[in-house]
Amino acid sequence: MYYIDPHIHMVSRTTDDYETLARMGCVALSEPAFWAGFDRGSVDGFRDYFRQLTEFEPKRAGWSGIQHFTWLCINAKEAENVSLSREVLAMIPEFLNRPGVLGIGEIGLNKNTKNESIIFQEHVDLAMKTGEQILIHTPHLEDKYMGTRMILDMLCDDSRVDRSRVCVDHVEEHTARMVIEEGFWAGMTLYPVSKCTPERAVDIVEMYGAERFLVNSAGDWGPSKPTAVPDFIMAMRHRGHPETLIKKVVYDNPIEFFSQSRNFKFTPPEVSEAASV
Amino acid sequence: MISVPANAAELLEREFLEVRAKLLQVAATFDRLDRTEGCVNNDARMQGLRQALEILQSDTVDRAEQIQLLFSREYEDDWQTRYEMPEPR
Repeated sequence: MYYIDPHIHMVSRTTDDYETLARMGCVALSEPAFWAGFDRGSVDGFRDYFRQLTEFEPKRAGWSGIQHFTWLCINAKEAENVSLSREVLAMIPEFLNRPGVLGIGEIGLNKNTKNESIIFQEHVDLAMKTGEQILIHTPHLEDKYMGTRMILDMLCDDSRVDRSRVCVDHVEEHTARMVIEEGFWAGMTLYPVSKCTPERAVDIVEMYGAERFLVNSAGDWGPSKPTAVPDFIMAMRHRGHPETLIKKVVYDNPIEFFSQSRNFKFTPPEVSEAASV
Repeated sequence: MISVPANAAELLEREFLEVRAKLLQVAATFDRLDRTEGCVNNDARMQGLRQALEILQSDTVDRAEQIQLLFSREYEDDWQTRYEMPEPR
């Protein structure tokens, strides 16, 4: 089955991973800007990172026949540095019209601090000014519930925000319903220990339906599995769900969500799935 | 809601061994803690784990959600005032 991974950090993965993803049916992926594992020292560090996301990664993905899209921001962890964040925010517009740039992301909260909230709000202001879609990171573990509610407080209070153009990612059992009921898209991240499993993601789809749900691997430099979306596909099949429903979540939904971005130029695969290797 | 193609008997048949293995892992961890020097019974995380086990044994239909909330920081509804956030747009 062809699929799209809507959230994966390929800058931290090898070219072999692109090959593996392609062989498992991945035809496109979207890569939000994230924390590299260390705090970058200057706005130029972010400029080079954005160049990597918009120039080299699409080329490297193309070697395996995968279409690469990206999002730009200063991530929630580094948002604690307000002065650096504002320099990065001022620089982001230089890249927003580059091919494949889908919008602002992954913005969000990390430890739910005042500085993080202020910079989150300033990212939203930028997205509203330039008409971007938004991809949102919700905090890990014990901070997720409070952080998701804070994020929804800010977005739901903002009359400029079109909720159908926003994806709140890393939802789990205690946050999925509030995100969907408020009209946003919800991403489920299949990441060992700290986030969801394929089976629990299937449970969430069964409980709330497939509309506006995405699944992703968030493969990065930590212990993660970039082939987690195929794991979800198999978990859905084991549960007996039809191929049309599975395809909706892993292929149709990402296309529907991303098609709202002016720079989403996706070429569907030419060969039918039955004929593909 | 989406109807689940399998019935409860089929689901249990498929998932029993995996759940059994996960319970054994939890049991072995508790035994390991008992064998190790020191006592963590008063650690808030241990108390949380024991409360989680009680949720597992309850009849509620949303055990996963309840355990997520058990291990979550509580929402503070005055955060926007405390953080002096700007007025809504």
